[in-house]
Amino acid sequence: MSPTVTTSSEANGNVSAATARAAAKAAAVAEATGPQPVTMAKALNTALADAMQADSTVLVFGEDVGQLGGVFRITDGLMATFGEQRCFDTPLAESGIVGMAVGMAMNGMRPVIEMQFDAFAYPAFQQIISHVAKMHNRTRGRLKLPLVIRVPYAGGIGGVEHHCDSSESYYAHTPGLKVFTPATVSDAYRMLREAIDSDDPVVFMEAKKLYWSKDQVDLEALRREHDGLSDGGSGTHAQRTEGRAVVARTGTDATLITYGPSVPTAMAAAAAAAEEGRSLEVVDVRSIVPLDDETITASVRKTGRAVVIAEAPGFASISSEIVARIQERCFHYLAAPVRRVTGFDIPYPAPKLEHYYLPSVDRILDAVDDLQWED
Amino acid sequence: MIPANCGYETWFRTILKANSGYRRDGPMTISADHTAAENTDLNAVQADAQEAEVRRKFGISLEAYMLPAHRQIQMVDPEGQLKAREEQGTEAGHEYPLPGDAELVAAFEQLVVGRRVNDQNSALVRQGRMAVYPSSHGQEACQVAAALCLSEGDWLFPTYRDAVAVMARGVDPVEAMTIFRGDWHGGYDPLEHNVGIQCTPLTTQLLHAVGVAHAAKLRGEKTVVLAMCGDGATSEGDFHEALNFAAVFHLPVIFFIQNNKYAISVPLSHQTVAPSLAHKAVGYGMAGERVDGNDLVALLAVLDRAVKLAREGSGPLLVEANTYRMQAHTNADDATRYRAESEVAEWMAKDPISRLKTYLQGRGLLDAEAEARIAEHAEAVAKQLREGLGEDVPVDPQELFRNVFSEPTPQLREQSALLADELSREATTREETAR
Repeated sequence: MSPTVTTSSEANGNVSAATARAAAKAAAVAEATGPQPVTMAKALNTALADAMQADSTVLVFGEDVGQLGGVFRITDGLMATFGEQRCFDTPLAESGIVGMAVGMAMNGMRPVIEMQFDAFAYPAFQQIISHVAKMHNRTRGRLKLPLVIRVPYAGGIGGVEHHCDSSESYYAHTPGLKVFTPATVSDAYRMLREAIDSDDPVVFMEAKKLYWSKDQVDLEALRREHDGLSDGGSGTHAQRTEGRAVVARTGTDATLITYGPSVPTAMAAAAAAAEEGRSLEVVDVRSIVPLDDETITASVRKTGRAVVIAEAPGFASISSEIVARIQERCFHYLAAPVRRVTGFDIPYPAPKLEHYYLPSVDRILDAVDDLQWED
Repeated sequence: MIPANCGYETWFRTILKANSGYRRDGPMTISADHTAAENTDLNAVQADAQEAEVRRKFGISLEAYMLPAHRQIQMVDPEGQLKAREEQGTEAGHEYPLPGDAELVAAFEQLVVGRRVNDQNSALVRQGRMAVYPSSHGQEACQVAAALCLSEGDWLFPTYRDAVAVMARGVDPVEAMTIFRGDWHGGYDPLEHNVGIQCTPLTTQLLHAVGVAHAAKLRGEKTVVLAMCGDGATSEGDFHEALNFAAVFHLPVIFFIQNNKYAISVPLSHQTVAPSLAHKAVGYGMAGERVDGNDLVALLAVLDRAVKLAREGSGPLLVEANTYRMQAHTNADDATRYRAESEVAEWMAKDPISRLKTYLQGRGLLDAEAEARIAEHAEAVAKQLREGLGEDVPVDPQELFRNVFSEPTPQLREQSALLADELSREATTREETAR
């Protein structure tokens, strides 16, 4: 079940209108059987459509998600297929979107809402922190809020300011929120379906630069896999993604632990290290909350060395949490201090400068080199 | 945005245009519409029909309907006298019918109970048996009307100052006070009485009300949702977003503002320079009304009609109740630092209980026997609070982990085990010390 991450060249460039059109066209092509080239955008779109098909209480709303199909086309065609009552545009007000979703979830619906861009979600912070995260607790479990907040996040797309924040730490820091972030096309489908099925609120972080990444994926097989899970999960429980990291590449010398937009970079670094004779294991965290300590710990205990990689500023972040947990659990197995490769503690840089900021293959390999290899 | 070639009169018509397809309500639609209005002949004909509908229903122009009463609706004056119809503050032709006798007597009973609850709780705070209590003393008429205007399946979304309204909806008094005794949860089951948990962050609950109404509407249910907030809260962003969402999606939500003149210490003049809070409604394409918040007769008349209109598909409505917070914000506040005793005394004379009592007695609807029965009821509720809140509820620290998620995460299970270990070691130490 370790997926291959194949990142298309568009993934590192801007999301132009042309690529959006191309993806929309690809999405319109009828699905053939067997593995086909599928973008993450298409996988997410299919997951939404399948969830809406399976359950009439699943609603999709937000800014531009209706007629336009979302600025990233993730909701493309949903309004046409399911009607204006199931997929619709709202006024331009993020707190309103989240607050209304809370009420709808209280009253029998399963809203899946889009925040359009990471930094655009901040007006909704009070609703998310004070209500979405706490409603289950303050009603002693009587009110469940089965809602999914989709947040396109992170950079590497040449976006201007307020369009490239890595905001996952804010959500992960708040008790009561689950935080998922898929890195592969298959996981995008699996995890979004699981998020929608979850009775707990899920902040679903979608790395923008991976939207147009492609993989050979059999969507029909993923659909069957999901249906197997929801039928009581018999037999296929191992396929669950919530709280389960995945070893994306096996290795013996050191572990790279990462998630979301940095997974392809870590995979490339591991491939480059292999050429230099160093065997790196890559762990894709993918479920930030709940975190899979077990998989991370097992890998680091095996290799004895670790580098944690994330695009977000490193200070007080997911990466610092992972390092802390590794120290607590693996101290006696470590041959070197755990290193981090993260974004700098600066506002996300302008397009011309972002390559200085983003974790790169070279920076990861430098960190690996520092892991005290001499006896 | 008002189109350049469009006067106010035309504008009011355009926002009346019936929506196509999305909603399944009757023809009476007074609210904004998320489909852009077009100036075609057909739409003009439809708008004329809507205008005629308003005239038929209210006897006034659409513009007069959208804007609140010039002063406020008051039906019974502070001396308990029923005012002449033409002096009640309504536009001619837009008068409100008097609520029924049985409704008024039932409301009076709740009013007396509400006052007793407020004063009992304040006493319990002073005795250290409750952590805090934001009293609605002086605002009980608003509390009672907000609860009584709704039907069984309707929803109420209260703030932290609305415990009396929560109780009047049928929530157990002790459960309703759970937050104020310092417990970690909201106490009552929101789904049992269709009452949201009393909300501390300002106006966030208005959006939850919008969502509940939206979900109900999508299922074709005729649920009405009443959402409460105060005057200070109208400055919050979620107030704006909630009113706008309710209007755009044409939802049966009544926004009920208790204008009690203060946000802790800050007077209304620092919140807004609008002619009234009810005037804010028209900016969203929604009708606004203002009413004497210490006149339970007028409150019930206005809210009963608002609920009826909303249920018939009018879209959202805003009602501003003009009232006064007679006591400090909470027991932790000192109101003498920011307002004069003379102002408080002035409002004392407008008390909601004495005027309704005088009115009902004058109508022969309240005799000594009924009064005694009502007083007894109020005393019984007070006793229930004293006893219920006096009891030490056993706390289980492990409950802190149980409901963060549907199922505790591995991390929460670890932390729960850590606490359990601490507690068991403490218990052992205690036992050993005892020996």
